[in-house]
This record gives sequence, C-alpha cells and structure tokens, in this order.
Amino acid sequence: MLWEALSLQLGYNATLVAIGATLLGVSAGVTGTFLFLRKRALVSDAISHATLPGVCLAFMALVAFGGDGRNLIGLLAGSAVSAWVGLLCMNWLTRHTRLAEDAAIGAVLSVFFGFGIVLLTVIQTMGVGRQAGLEGFLLGSTAGMLWADAMVIAIGGAATLVLVMIIRRPMTMVAFDPEYAAARGLPVHRIDLAMMGLVMAVTVVGLKIVGLILIVALLIIPAVTARFWTDRSDRVVLLAGLAGGLAGYLGAGLSASAPNLPTGPIIVLVSFGFFALSLLFAPVRGVLAAVLRHLRFQRRVHIRQGLLALAQGQKIYEPLTIRLLRRAGVVRADGVATDEGKARAAKALRDEKRWEIVRSDLAHEATAALYDGLRDIETVLTLDQIAEIDRRIGGPQEITP
Amino acid sequence: MLELATVQGESVEEQGVDHSPLAIRGMTVSYGQKPAVFSVDMTVQPGAMTAIIGPNGAGKSTLLKAALGIVSPLSGQVTVFGQPLEDQRARIAYVPQRASVDWDFPTRVIDVILMGLSRQLGLLGRVRARHKARAMDCLNRVGMREFADRQIGQLSGGQQQRVFLARALAQDADLYLLDEPFAGVDAATEKAIIAVLKSLKEAGKTVVVVHHDLATVADYFDHVFLINTRKVAEGSVAQAFTAETLQSAYGGRLATAQIDQISRALG
Repeated sequence: MLWEALSLQLGYNATLVAIGATLLGVSAGVTGTFLFLRKRALVSDAISHATLPGVCLAFMALVAFGGDGRNLIGLLAGSAVSAWVGLLCMNWLTRHTRLAEDAAIGAVLSVFFGFGIVLLTVIQTMGVGRQAGLEGFLLGSTAGMLWADAMVIAIGGAATLVLVMIIRRPMTMVAFDPEYAAARGLPVHRIDLAMMGLVMAVTVVGLKIVGLILIVALLIIPAVTARFWTDRSDRVVLLAGLAGGLAGYLGAGLSASAPNLPTGPIIVLVSFGFFALSLLFAPVRGVLAAVLRHLRFQRRVHIRQGLLALAQGQKIYEPLTIRLLRRAGVVRADGVATDEGKARAAKALRDEKRWEIVRSDLAHEATAALYDGLRDIETVLTLDQIAEIDRRIGGPQEITP
Repeated sequence: MLELATVQGESVEEQGVDHSPLAIRGMTVSYGQKPAVFSVDMTVQPGAMTAIIGPNGAGKSTLLKAALGIVSPLSGQVTVFGQPLEDQRARIAYVPQRASVDWDFPTRVIDVILMGLSRQLGLLGRVRARHKARAMDCLNRVGMREFADRQIGQLSGGQQQRVFLARALAQDADLYLLDEPFAGVDAATEKAIIAVLKSLKEAGKTVVVVHHDLATVADYFDHVFLINTRKVAEGSVAQAFTAETLQSAYGGRLATAQIDQISRALG
C-alpha cells in the first residue's frame, strides 16, 4: 500500500495530494527559513490564524452573490486579505506601541482566530451553501481535492519560490544585520513585509492541505532541521526545501496508504521525524555528537594533565586520570611510568612550551586561535616551523632539568 | 555649553558644510519623550580621522545611526559630500557595533565580506572569482585571510570586529563610520584596526569613529566631536579636546585626576 502510494499508483486523488503536498513542502520549507533566520518564526502562527475570518467572509460573500461557496480561489483570496490585515496590525503594534513582538503576535492571533470561529458558527447556523467544507481549513482536508485545487497549490507554490529566490540576498542581509542593511540603503521595513507577505502566500496556498493550525510546522520545522546540518545560510535554505518536500511527499503517501489518516497532521509528524533524527544524529550540532565530543574532550584533558604531571614528577590522585593513563599504556598497574609514557610526557611538556611561543607571536595568530591545550602541534605547524620554534626555546636541557 | 561649542567649532582652516563628507544640521532624536540627541550640528572634515566622544548614554551611537537613517530622527538634515544622503549611500561604509548581531547566524566569514559587495553582485548575480579575490584581499588587510571559511561564531570578539571592518573595506567607500570598533577587543585587534584606519586616511578617505577610550584619542585622531545629548565641542584635538570641554561633556563623571592626566598627555 505504502509503496503504491509513494509511486503515485493509488488513484487520481492520492496522486494529486502527493504532488501538491510535495510542492507545498518545498516552498514552505524555503520561505520559512528566512522567517527562522530573522528570528520571527512565530509570526507565521499569527499570519495563519488570521486567515480564518477571511475564509468565512469570502464564503458568505460568495453565497450572497449566488456563487459556489466552495470556490477555492475565492476563499483563498479572502484568507489572503484577512491575513494581510492581521500582518499589518501586528506590524503596527510592534512599531508604534510599546508592545513587544511576542505580545503583538498573541493579540493578533487570538483575536483574529476568535473572530473567525464566531463567523464559522454563524455560517453553520445560516444553513446556506455547502458549508460542510469550511472546517477543513482548520486542519486541512484533502479528501475532495480537485485538479484545479492542485493547480492553485502548484502555481502558488512555484511563484512564491521564484520570488524568494529573487530577494534572497537582501532578506539574508536584513536577517543577519538589519542595521548594516539599513545603512546600505536597503528598505529593511519593506523587505520584512515582503518576507512576511511570502510566508502569507505559502500559508494561504497550504490551507487546503495542512490547514491553518498546522501550517506553522511546515514553515519552521524544515528550517530548524536543516540548521543542524550546515553553517551556511544558503545551504540551510536548500536543505529546508528538501526536508519540507520530502516530508510532504512521504506524509501524503503514508496518509493515503491507510483509510482515515489525516494528511496534514501526518505530514507534520513526518517532518518532526526528520527533525528528531537531525537533533540526535547531526554530525556537529546534534545531541549525540555533542555528548561524544564532550567525553572525548574530557578524556584528552585528563591524559594531557596526567602527562604533564608525570613530566614534572607530580603524584596523580585523580582515579579517572590514572585509569586512562593505564589504558593508554603510559603507566604500569603500580603507577610507574613506562618508557613510552616517559617519552610522551616529555613531548607533552615540550609541546606546551612550543605553544607558548606560538601564542605570544602575532605572526602565528591564526594557528594560535586553534590552541585548546589538546591539539598536537604537528597538526597545525610544518616541521620547519616547529624546528624554528625549538631554536627559539633553546636546547632540551632547559625543558627537562 | 552652546557658546563653547560655537567658539571651538569655527576656525579659519576648516572647511564649510558644502564640501564636508558628512554634515549634520539640527539633528534631534528621541526615544519617547526624552531626547537622546538634541539639535546637534556636526561638520566632518574631509580626509581626517574624527572621534565622537561623550559619556555613556550621551547619544554618540544614536547620532551616527540617525545620520545614516537607521533610526529616524525627529528633525534634522544630513548631507554627504554636499548632497542628500540617499544619493550618496554607495560612498558610505558603516561598521555597526559587534554586539548588534547574532554570531550564531549560519554564515561563514567570507559570506559576511561578500555582503559588502552586494551592490556589485546585484540580486541574482553569481559570486565570481574576482568577487572572491576582492573579499580575500579585504580579509588580508585586517589579518584574517586564514579565517575565510570559518563559521562566524567560532571567532573571538576582536576577530569578529575585524570581519565587520573588512566588510566595510569591501565597499570601497569614501566615508567610513565606525561604532565603537575598539570596545572589548584585544590589543592585536586594536593595532590592526588602527593601522587599517590610518591607511584609509592616507588614501584620502574620511573616517569617523565613536570612541570611548579618552586615553588614546590624541594618538589616534585628528579631530574630535564631544557630545552629551547636545554638542559640547568640535574641532581639532588641540582645540576641542581640552580639560574644559571634557569637564563640560562628562560633568562630574570624570575624575579630576583623569582630566589632569589627559591634559598632561596632550602637553
């Protein structure tokens, strides 16, 4: 079943949903990254909740003018208008009052969402139109997805992607250093608005598939996931697009492979799965890597301390140090240094002197920055450089008195 | 205080507003009710190194930010090389305070320098070998060539400051404005920065620095601008950096001993 879903052989609707979800995942991941880099992740939550009154008002207007209340383009246009109004409210609150951004987000989110729920209730009591579909915008509903719906998502998602690519440089600059960007004459405020406008576009496009409550997950989780794997903003953007697209595709496939699995929430869970894997196993920033790094570091610190103590003839009491030295063959079981241990201890002390020279010499600044007390000096300097430093230290008689 | 400012500010050899790389007239900036900068005039001398000095909270950084339009002033007019600011942006390089950005941002040193070349790169232009070479050259000037591929979070405070300076160098501007570049940096960095600034001055560029270390003013700068919300004094170091002007700017905050020491250093 799952394989058939993933290879798009599970019928017309499932195929449409899978294609739509993949495209949405890519554009949400890429767009959301800039929000994440700008440290405004929660803005997307306010934007998405602010779409609800617009959906409801558009539905009422469509019905009042005798149209089909479920016309997707009409509903999405309505949602875009109210999301934009919400965005402007939030912007005004942060810029012209003393409210902090988080408070403004909370205010806009709850008021707009509350108003939307009231309208939704009113629509249900009106008993007009085919209102049954409107709740689908809360958590997404893909059951009755049409070709036209998929086209709206595909075109909207692609257009957003193109726009993001065009203004990616100014957005990155504003996200990293808004003051510098302003000094260069970039319209920081308008770039921020454009960024949030793009997020709004993705939100509106994604309403049908994941719904307004969960879209924030599609915008933010891929960016956070990608951040674990790279230290370069352009790669964060690419990886977030990849993670988002993959989550959309797998999530849609999974939900189609069994009856009554909701598409949007499954996509979010798959996305979370990628996040959890990255959190644990990412090579540098992951939790596991951090733990291993710490243990390795601790081990090296102890061995270094032990070697220096041996070289200076000090007694070692720390049990971990003794255990590690013994395991490394530096000392015998009775605590006496082996021949190899003596040689290593002498070298450790000498390297310490060499590092001292390196660190006091400005010409070696880049090398000195690598000093952590543990790095072997041979890994950062050539043999000639070391010989030169040894000349400056003087003969070995000074080091081993 | 204001009389003092006028007396110290005018001098025969100094150039007028028309030619000044940066001329500020009637600048007032206010966060809320209390003005941070009040009715300040400033005329920067071309080809010189000017220090903006004043006590904490005197509006030094705010004056600079308002001059660049980073914060919007209540009132005030700024001309750059005798023309409106917006027409001359390309000729200005700004070095913000190091603490104003998040150094865990996912970017490498070289990418930060390339931001200084954003005008040449445009929106979609590819980063070509000549852009890279130019960026490396700027890193070289601040002694940071080997750090090009490091993530910016791995740098020391002084190195971060030099990266910011290198980004400004990449712009190849005529007017350099630096906000506290010597705050909390190591001696090596201070030396490297001042060497670069002096080379800029030799190349005929104008440098304005928000500075906090009174002891080094006479060594590093030609001109000073003393501010404490209002302008206190402006002119060459000999004219405007005196015991009286310092007393006037810092009030009781500067110990008499400190002032004596500085006056003695000035001869």
